[in-house]
Amino acid sequence: MSVAQQGARLEARAWGWRHAGRSAWALPELDLAIEPGERVLLAGASGAGKSTLLRGFASVLGGQDEGEQRGELLVDGMQPELVRGRVGLVLQDPDTQIVCDRVGDEVAFGCENLGVAPEEIWPRVEAALSDVGLAVPLSQHTGQLSGGQKQRLALASLLAMQPSAFLLDEPTANLDPSGARSVRDAVERVLDRTGATLLVVEHRVELWADLVDRVIVLDSAGRLVGDGSPKAVFAADFQVLLDAGVWVPGHTPSTSARRPGPAQTLLAARELAVGRRSTPPVLDDVSFDIQAGKITAIVGNNGVGKTTLSLTLAGLLAQKSGTLRAALELARGAGDSPIRWKSKELLTRVGMVFQEPEHQFLTSTVRAEVELGLRALGIRGAELTDRVTQLLGVLGLADLASCNPFTLSGGQKRRLSVATVLVTAPQVIVLDEPTFGQDRNGWIVLAELVAQAARDGSAVVAVSHDEQFVASVADVIVVADAGGTKVREVRS
Amino acid sequence: MSSARAARVSSPPLNTVNPVTKLCALVVLSLPLLLTIDIVSASVAVVLIVLASPLAGFGPVRLARRAWPLLIIAPIAGISMLLYAKPGGQIFWSFGLINISESSVTLAVAVTLRAFALALPAIVLFAGIDPTETAYGLIQVAHLPDRFVLGTFAGARLVSLFLEDWRSMELSRRARGLGDGSRLRRLPAMAFVLLVFAMRRGSALATAMEARGFGAPGKRSHARTSRLGWIDLALLVGCVLIMAIAISVAVVAGTFRVVGS
Repeated sequence: MSVAQQGARLEARAWGWRHAGRSAWALPELDLAIEPGERVLLAGASGAGKSTLLRGFASVLGGQDEGEQRGELLVDGMQPELVRGRVGLVLQDPDTQIVCDRVGDEVAFGCENLGVAPEEIWPRVEAALSDVGLAVPLSQHTGQLSGGQKQRLALASLLAMQPSAFLLDEPTANLDPSGARSVRDAVERVLDRTGATLLVVEHRVELWADLVDRVIVLDSAGRLVGDGSPKAVFAADFQVLLDAGVWVPGHTPSTSARRPGPAQTLLAARELAVGRRSTPPVLDDVSFDIQAGKITAIVGNNGVGKTTLSLTLAGLLAQKSGTLRAALELARGAGDSPIRWKSKELLTRVGMVFQEPEHQFLTSTVRAEVELGLRALGIRGAELTDRVTQLLGVLGLADLASCNPFTLSGGQKRRLSVATVLVTAPQVIVLDEPTFGQDRNGWIVLAELVAQAARDGSAVVAVSHDEQFVASVADVIVVADAGGTKVREVRS
Repeated sequence: MSSARAARVSSPPLNTVNPVTKLCALVVLSLPLLLTIDIVSASVAVVLIVLASPLAGFGPVRLARRAWPLLIIAPIAGISMLLYAKPGGQIFWSFGLINISESSVTLAVAVTLRAFALALPAIVLFAGIDPTETAYGLIQVAHLPDRFVLGTFAGARLVSLFLEDWRSMELSRRARGLGDGSRLRRLPAMAFVLLVFAMRRGSALATAMEARGFGAPGKRSHARTSRLGWIDLALLVGCVLIMAIAISVAVVAGTFRVVGS
C-alpha cells in the first residue's frame, strides 16, 4: 500500500470509567500520552481496566447505560467518536468479531462503512491480506479459518481501513504458539509499513517485548505503576510488576515439587478415533494410559481435535472406533465404558472443565457454584462453609462470593470453573485450557490447584496451548496431530 | 481466479440470478397454489418444476436426494384433510368426527401435491444461495436499509454458535451429575442460559461492527454491485409461464377451484 500514513497521538486526561451498577471505578484517573508511531505494550492485572481504555479510544464503550465517564480521551486532540476509523480495535475472541461469510467481504466491510469508493476497495483488500500473510482465496468461508488465521483476518480488516493506530486486546490469547507468532509477525510488518501507533494489551509480554518500545503497567486498582522502555520497566522494580500479575521475562513461576506415585492406570485409550457425530474422525489411532497421580498434557495446533479428544476421555462423547476402558478401581461396578455411565456415576469418577467456563455454570452466585459439588458429596454445615470460604480466598474471589458467575471477568470465570470441578476430587480430572486468560497471579493459583489435585491422587488430563504450564506440571505429554499422535513421558 | 471463472462457466444458469429475483420467483410460484385447491393445477406445477430443475443444476438424482423428506412430510399434511375435511359425495368410512368421503380423498391428494409444489421450488431456488450476495441484493436492488439487512445477516451467523453452545451445555450437565432424567425438564433452565449467551454474543458482535465503523454517520459504499439482468427477467417469465400453464390446464379440465369456494 503506497499510502504515507502517520501514527495517531493517543491521550488520556484524568480519564476514568465506572461500569454501570458497580461502585468502584474500573479506571479511577489516568493521565497518559502516547506519541504518533509509538509502539506500546499495556500490561497489568486482570480487571485493571486495560480493555476499557482500549474501548474508550476506539469509541465503543457504549452510552450512559453502560457506564460513567470522567476526564477525557483524545485521539489526535479530538474526541474519539469524531474521528472514528482513525483507530482500529482487534478484540480477544476472533469468533465474535467476524461479520461476513467470506474472507474478501469481511475485509471490505470496514471500507464500505467508511464510504471508500468501490474501485478502491478491492486493491485495499488484496494488499491488506498480503500484508498480514493470509494467503487464502477471497471466497474462502470465514468459519473455516484457524484461530491464528481469524486473528490475522481481523487485523487485515482493520488495516484495509487505513487507521493511524492499532489497538489490540489480547490478540493471541486463544492461539497455539505458532498461531500467536504469526499474528505478532503480521503486526510488526503492518507497523513497519504504515508507521501507525500501536497499543497492545497482553499478559504474556515475552512475545511482544522486542516489538514494542514502551511498556505501561497498571496495578489491580487501575493506577499507573510502570512506564518506560521494556528494559527499564522490567529491570526497575519487577516486584511491583509481579504483584500486578505481569509476566516479567526471566521470572517464570514454578509450582511446588511433586513426585508421581506408583503407576496405576485408571483409563486406557487404545486405537481411539474421536470426532463429533456425523463427521469423520478428527484424530485416530490414539493410544495412551491415564494414570492416578499423574498429569497428562494434550498439546497440538488449534483445530486438531484436542477438545473432541478431551470430551471423549471424559465420557461425554462416544468414540468413533477403538476402546476407552475404565480400570476396576475407577469403574467400581459401573461397567468399564465411561460413555455408558449415568450422569450421577460420572460425577464422582470423571470431572470435566470445559473450554468455555460459562457453559458449565449452573447457579446464580459464585458461592453456590462452589457449594454445589461439595453438597453432592454430602458435606454440610460448618465444614461446607469453611471449605467454600477457604477456596474462594485461594481463588481471589472472596469479595465476589455473592455475584452472578456470568458477571465475572474472563480470568475469574476460568478460576471458578476449574475450582468447582477440582473441589469434588473426582478420580479423573479432564481440563480444557485451564490457564486461559490468566495473569501471572491467577496462573500460579491454577497451576498450584492442578498440581495439588494430582498430589492428592487424581489422574489429571489437561488440554493446553500454554507452554509454561505444560513445562511446569506435565508428567506425560500427548502431542495430538492428524498425521499421528505421539506420547512422550517427561517425568516418571 | 481462473479456476473460479472456469467453475462459473460450467455452473447452472440459476447461479447468476440475483438472489432478490429468486425470492420474487418463489412468490410467483407459491401464491397461486396457496389460493387454489385442486389436483390438476398442483400436479402440472410439480411436473413442470421437476422438468425445469436441471436449469438450476438439479438433475433427477440430486433433486431426489434433497427432496426425499417431502415424501414423509407432504402426506402428513394430506392425512388431516383425509380424516377431518367436510364430507361430500360417497362416504367410505366414518368413526366419530372422522369422515372419509369422496371429497376428503380428493382434498387430501390435492393438499399432498401442493406441499410438493410449494417445497420443491424453495429447495431448487435456495440451494447454494450466497448470504452476502443476498444481503447486497436486498440493499441495492430491493433498497432495504443497510443497518437492518447487515444486522440480520450478521446475527444469522451466530445461530451456528448457539447450536454449539447448546451442545456444550448438554454435555456439561451430564458432567456435573444433572444429565440423568428427562431432557424436557431441563429445557426451560437451559433455554434461559442460551438466551443469556445470545444476548452476550449479540452485543459483542455489535461492538465489533461498531469498532469497524458500522453505523457511523456518512454514506456507506458497496464493494460489490448487485444488479439485475436478462437472466432475472427470464426466470420470472419462466415462473409466470409455469403457473399460467398449471392453472389453464386446471380450468380446461374443469377441476379449477379457489380456496373457500
